[in-house]
Amino acid sequence: MKILVPVKRVIDYNVKPRVKADGSGVDLANVKMSMNPFDEIAVEEAIRIREAGKAEEIVVVSVGPTKAQETLRTALAMGADRAILVQVEDDVDVEPLAVAKILKAIAEQENPGIVMLGKQSISDDSNQTGQMLAALMGRPQGTFANTVEVDGDSVTVKREIDGGLETVKLSLPAIVTTDLRLNEPRYASLPNIMKAKQKPLENKTPADYGVDIAPRLKTLKVAEPPVRSAGIKVADVDELVAKIKALGIA
Amino acid sequence: MAESGMDPEIFDQFLDQLQRYVRERLIPAEKEVIEHDRIPAAILDEMRNMGLFGLSIPVEYGGAGLNMQQYARVIHVMGYAAPAYRSIFSINIGMFSSALKNGGTEAQKAEWWPRVAAGEIACFGLTEPGSGSDSAGLQTTAKPDPSGNGWILNGTKRYITNAPSAKVALIMARTNKDNLPKNTHVSAFIVPMDAPGVSTGTPDKKMGQSGAHIADIMLDDVHLPGEALLGGETGKGFRFAMMSLDNGRISVGAMAAGLARRALDSAIRYANERKAFGEPIANFQLIQQMLAESEMEIYAAECMMDDVTARADRGENVLRKAAAFKVFASEMCGRVVDRVVQVYGGAGYLAEYDAERFYRDARIFRIYEGTTQILLLQIAKHMLREWKEEQR
Repeated sequence: MKILVPVKRVIDYNVKPRVKADGSGVDLANVKMSMNPFDEIAVEEAIRIREAGKAEEIVVVSVGPTKAQETLRTALAMGADRAILVQVEDDVDVEPLAVAKILKAIAEQENPGIVMLGKQSISDDSNQTGQMLAALMGRPQGTFANTVEVDGDSVTVKREIDGGLETVKLSLPAIVTTDLRLNEPRYASLPNIMKAKQKPLENKTPADYGVDIAPRLKTLKVAEPPVRSAGIKVADVDELVAKIKALGIA
Repeated sequence: MAESGMDPEIFDQFLDQLQRYVRERLIPAEKEVIEHDRIPAAILDEMRNMGLFGLSIPVEYGGAGLNMQQYARVIHVMGYAAPAYRSIFSINIGMFSSALKNGGTEAQKAEWWPRVAAGEIACFGLTEPGSGSDSAGLQTTAKPDPSGNGWILNGTKRYITNAPSAKVALIMARTNKDNLPKNTHVSAFIVPMDAPGVSTGTPDKKMGQSGAHIADIMLDDVHLPGEALLGGETGKGFRFAMMSLDNGRISVGAMAAGLARRALDSAIRYANERKAFGEPIANFQLIQQMLAESEMEIYAAECMMDDVTARADRGENVLRKAAAFKVFASEMCGRVVDRVVQVYGGAGYLAEYDAERFYRDARIFRIYEGTTQILLLQIAKHMLREWKEEQR
């Protein structure tokens, strides 16, 4: 079985994003970029499935600027076998639907048993690509995976839902999106980073897959969230209870 | 000969992973390292897998082939975490691999480089109860084995970093009873730590750097084969050791700069959290002065690090500059951790906070791999010698 893992290059999760002065978007100049953490979990899970002897090949794909090559190299250093970069201009933001269409086209060529995606990217938190891909492909989906168990021609996914876990069994090929607690991704070792340089990385464009990436959404304005105002200190429990009652919380 | 080192792109990627590893894994585990005075086995395995034990060893021998600048940058990043983490692999990629490079035979390189690159811990034995950097007082002897072409070693080595966990030691021993010019009475031997007659003492208790261990190594009629003699020739041990010193000094300087950076970052955080007179103490100008002075000095040390290592990689003799960097960075680190305790105020004196640990951990930097005093003398000696040569 082959596993296809899409990865996205985003602002590093340790960086505090800043909004551009003109409110047109988030300032990316000189900001550290990394692989989207949920995608990292997806790469790790794919590697674990391969290590368990239930998959033979892991193909990583990124839709992004030239620099997304670095993100793909990181995935290769972690253990993926080969990579595809679907390259777009540096400042172009590709919306989830366009990404899903590109992924569908790639999946049709590669025929993966599982497409394993992060549940969302921390850049825009859309949480749409996996679901859209499943719909476009007409295949089952297991989103927000907490546990993934491949068994023959099916995959059992425990999903994180409000109030607990839900178990779904999907027939392959299927779409799985990963949640935070699925696993703890490994650190790429120096020997593996060195080997990753030799692994194949294919360069493509959206046109190669006949996908129009023109945006359908328009960003009107990006603003910092309002600063939280300080709370009130209460003198004792009685006052606290009185406040809570007054607010109608309890 | 210029050392190109590892492909810069690959190196940047590695440094990025390492920074994450330090932040997400090594720093959170510091408490455990200190409490149990040892690095957890799981972390040691991870460090081996990451390739840290073979950074400076050539790629053909299972290492990563870093040049001096890359090596220093790795140590600088590691310096941000507790010093024990660097200590455990520092001899592998420092003194041991460097002595093999300078003096080892092809067979010795082929045998030992892959082993230490894979994570067999190495140590280096020059210092003895009665002698340090002065080879004249060296007491450990290596005598030809009457029953073959081998050697018999006897003596004691003191303050040996990593001795308790080491698999192999590079031991300096006297092969001539008289003190010869240019220290040619000293030879170097590769000693497996499980050889009969080799034992280690109880690890010494130290001021700081918990989790890193030093101990005596006792050699009691240790029989070694002829191949154990480094380079296959007697009389070159001290020279090989001295040739490895720049490497060790650059490593300590880089580590000191890394720890200073960590301590300063922690002081900035504390100064913003701690309030006095109703506002964060970071607002007070005398606190700001301590922060700013520390920042300047760390920056200077980091610049020195990049300069001296770039020169070393270009093939320049950096003896004086490596010593200058080591002295400056270690003394600077001492001043920074002292200010950091001051910024923390009363909390800086409490074991509950990091500041006092930084203060204790930093103290050794001014001592090992050449004290500030002996290095100052060396720097001056070389300056004066150069001046005299120019006058001729």
